[in-house]
Amino acid sequence: MTAVATRPVQRRVSTKVTRGLTGVAVLLVLAESVSRFGIVPANILPPVSRVLSDTFGLLVDPEFLGDVGSTLTAWAVGLGMAIIVAVPLGLVLGSFRIAYEASSAVVEFMRPIPSVALIPLAILVFGQGTDMKIALVVYASLWPIFFNTVYGVRDVDPVAKETARTFRLSRIGILARVSLPYAAPLAATGVRISAAIALIVTISAELLAGSASGIGAYILRISSGGGDTSLVFAGTIVAGLIGVVVNLVLVAVERKMFAWKKEGVA
Amino acid sequence: MALTTAVPTASRSRVGSERQAARRQWWGRFALRWVVLAVLITLWQVATVAFPSPFFPQPARIFERAALLWFPGANGMLTPSMQSDVLPSLGRMLLGFSLSVVVAVALGTVIGLSRKVGDYIDPIIQFLRAVPPPALLPIFLVLFGTGDQMRVLLIAFGTAWPILLNTIEGVRSIEELKYETATVFRIGFVGRLTRIVLPGAAPKILAGVRTSLSLALILMVISEMVAASSGIGFSIVQAQRGFGFLDMWAGIVLLGIIGFLLNTVLTLIERRILGWQRSSGRETA
Repeated sequence: MTAVATRPVQRRVSTKVTRGLTGVAVLLVLAESVSRFGIVPANILPPVSRVLSDTFGLLVDPEFLGDVGSTLTAWAVGLGMAIIVAVPLGLVLGSFRIAYEASSAVVEFMRPIPSVALIPLAILVFGQGTDMKIALVVYASLWPIFFNTVYGVRDVDPVAKETARTFRLSRIGILARVSLPYAAPLAATGVRISAAIALIVTISAELLAGSASGIGAYILRISSGGGDTSLVFAGTIVAGLIGVVVNLVLVAVERKMFAWKKEGVA
Repeated sequence: MALTTAVPTASRSRVGSERQAARRQWWGRFALRWVVLAVLITLWQVATVAFPSPFFPQPARIFERAALLWFPGANGMLTPSMQSDVLPSLGRMLLGFSLSVVVAVALGTVIGLSRKVGDYIDPIIQFLRAVPPPALLPIFLVLFGTGDQMRVLLIAFGTAWPILLNTIEGVRSIEELKYETATVFRIGFVGRLTRIVLPGAAPKILAGVRTSLSLALILMVISEMVAASSGIGFSIVQAQRGFGFLDMWAGIVLLGIIGFLLNTVLTLIERRILGWQRSSGRETA
C-alpha cells in the first residue's frame, strides 16, 4: 500500500525539483544576458556570474563574516530577550479577561508605530552600536510573539483547565502545565514571524545609523564608497540567504517540537 | 465570535438579547480601550515630568507641537509640513502598496491555479521573499535613482511577498468540488475567477494585505530616511540631526496615528468584503 503510494509522490517531488531548477536557471541566464548585451549598463546591473562569484568570495571573506556575525548577534540577542519578555507576559495577560482587554488596547496603540521610525531615537539613547540594534529588535519582535501567545492562551480548552483545577494544580501550575503547552505552537509561529521582522530591523538600523559593523553597514560602506555594485548585490544575496536559512530552521524546529499537535488539537 | 454560532431554533427575543449583550460588550471594550490610552499617556506625562531628559520630552508638549505642525489652522489651509512631508509620504505609500496588491493578487492567482507555473518559480519566490527589503534599498538606489520612483517601487516590491504567498495558498485551498459544480453549471473561466477563486481566497489575501500594510509603513519611512528631500521619515531624521527632539517625537507619534488609522480602514474593508463569512477575523500575523 505505502510502496504504491510513495512512487507517484516521489515522481511528483522530482518533477517539482527539476522545474524549480529550470526556473532558477532561466532567470539567471536572462539576467546575465540583459547585462552582457548591454540592455542595462553593467555598472547598474552587473552580470549574474560576477555577482555569484562575488557572493562566494564574500562567504569566505573574514571581514564580511565579521559583519555577518555582528548582525546575527544583535538579531539573536534581541529576539531571545523578546521571547523571554513576551511569552510569560502573554501567558499571564492572556489568562485574565480584563488584563487581556487592557493589554490588547495598549498593543493596538503601540504596534502601529513602525519600528524603523524609532531608529533616530534609539541612536540618541543607545548610540550607534550593538545596544541600539538590540533595543530596536526587542521592540519590533515583542508584538508578534506576545500577540500569538495571548491568542494561544485564549484558545485553551476550558475543560483542560477545569480538569487541572480538579487535580488541585495551583494557578501557576495551570499556567505552566496547561496554558503553556497549549499556547506554545502559536507562540512559536510568533517567534518565526518576529525572526523575519528582527532581521529587517537589524539591517535597517545598520544602514541608517552608519554602524561600525553588520551586513547593513557593509552594504552601506560599499555603495556609498562608490564601490562595486556587484558587491552590493552579493551582500544583499547573503542577507536573503540568511533569511531563507533562518526560516527553514524555525519551520523545522516547529515541526519537530509540535509534531504532537497534529493529532491532538486540530 | 462564539456568539454568532448555532442559535437555530432560539426564539427571536433571545437572539435580540444576545445581540444586545454583544453590543454592550463591544461598547465596554471600546470604552476600556480609550481609558487605557488615557492612563498610558498620563503615566508617560508623569514619568517625563519626574525624570526630565532632553531625549524624552513631555507628551503634552509633543502633542501641542504635532497639532501645530499638521493640523490646519483657523484659516482651514493645510500646514506647510502637511503639504511637503505628510501628503507626499502617504501618496508614495498608497501608490506602491496598491501596485503591490494588484500585481501580487494577479500573479498569485495564476500561480495558485497552475501547479506547473508554481513549480517553476517557487524557489525564486522563496528566496526573494526572504531578502529583508531594507537591504534592497542600496540596490534600488543604484537601479532607479534617488527620486520618488525608487521609493514607490521599493514599497511595492517589499510588500508584494506576503500578499503573493497568501494568495497562492488561498487559491490552492479551494475545494475541487466547487470547480466541478461550476463545470456542471457551465460557468466559464471569468465566472469561476470572480465567483469561486477570488471570493474563496479573499480571507487569506486580506490576511496577507494586513501583514504587508505594516511593512509598507516601514519601507515608506526607511526609504525617506536615505537620500530624500521630503516625507515623514525625512523630517524625523532632520529633526534628530538638528536636535529638534520635539519635532522628532511628533513625527513618531504621527506615524503611530497613521498606522492606527490605516489598520482601522483595513479592518472596515475586511469586514465589508468578508461579511458573508461567519468567522473571518483572528488571523495571526
